[in-house]
Amino acid sequence: MAHPASPFLSVLILMLVAAVTAAAILVLSGWVLPMLKPNNPQEAKLRVYECGVPPVQTGARHKYSVKFYLTAMLFILFDVEAAFLLPWAVNFKHALWTFGAMLSFMATLLVGFIYAWGKGAFEWER
Amino acid sequence: MAELNINDAVMTTRLDAVVNWGRKNSLWPMPFGVACCAIEFMSMMSSKYDLARFGAEAMRFSPRQSDMMLILGTITNKMAPVLRTIYAQMAEPKWVISVGVCASSGGMYRTYATLQGVDRVIPVDVYVPGCPPRPESIIYGVMKLQEKIEKESLSMRKDHIARFYDSLARQESIQAEKGLTSQQTIREMLMDAGERGVGTIF
Repeated sequence: MAHPASPFLSVLILMLVAAVTAAAILVLSGWVLPMLKPNNPQEAKLRVYECGVPPVQTGARHKYSVKFYLTAMLFILFDVEAAFLLPWAVNFKHALWTFGAMLSFMATLLVGFIYAWGKGAFEWER
Repeated sequence: MAELNINDAVMTTRLDAVVNWGRKNSLWPMPFGVACCAIEFMSMMSSKYDLARFGAEAMRFSPRQSDMMLILGTITNKMAPVLRTIYAQMAEPKWVISVGVCASSGGMYRTYATLQGVDRVIPVDVYVPGCPPRPESIIYGVMKLQEKIEKESLSMRKDHIARFYDSLARQESIQAEKGLTSQQTIREMLMDAGERGVGTIF
């Protein structure tokens, strides 16, 4: 009687072949082939590529102001507000009670607007 | 039983031959296109003339990924240090084809502003004449370079490139020492080489 797992022998072989192939590719590309390539690190060669001229600004990985994101986020906020106002205005004469609700919504956003203004979020560079 | 002759069973070759065979059939061109020769180069790379037939279809516009620089046009003295830097930043091993008379000798620009031949500042392997040369001529230049690669030895090419890096180090030390611009430094080095009757600075 055959072993109950015997139909899966081919799967095992496939897994082994896949593992060996992956390992061989890793070893070849990471260890064997780099030994064959010419290796001549030079200061001029490793320098930043700026079309052949000395780099104007070194260290592009510095911190920069996120003001742009703040402005964009505020824009989206007030854009949504405007988009919300439009359907409300269309239905206004059928539902007069929404006036107070919308007024309170606007007042809430106004507080946020004044806060953002006071924080200087609308200044590009501070 | 027949005796096994080792010479019949095993084919031997030099490492140089094998590596150079690979190198000559996988050139990665980088156009240093500064004048009208670059237009001919575009034609050479595209479908009609098609340099891909010679194994050099992978054109790259970055020196990091290319090993055959084609200098396509007039190199002014202002551009000379840029050319040297770009050559220095190319992947090794690297070859240079000087395309057209301007790059090869200054051509009709026999002026104080133009470098009278790029071989004064970087090592050139093949010169292609013409103003501008037709795409066939540049392809012939590439074929000549392939012949050259086939014959050269690996260590020779290595030393050849090492000599250039030595000259670059010398350039940078002179530049720092005398406080000159890179253009002035190359001019100084060229004048010095001229006095010694060399004509090249590498």
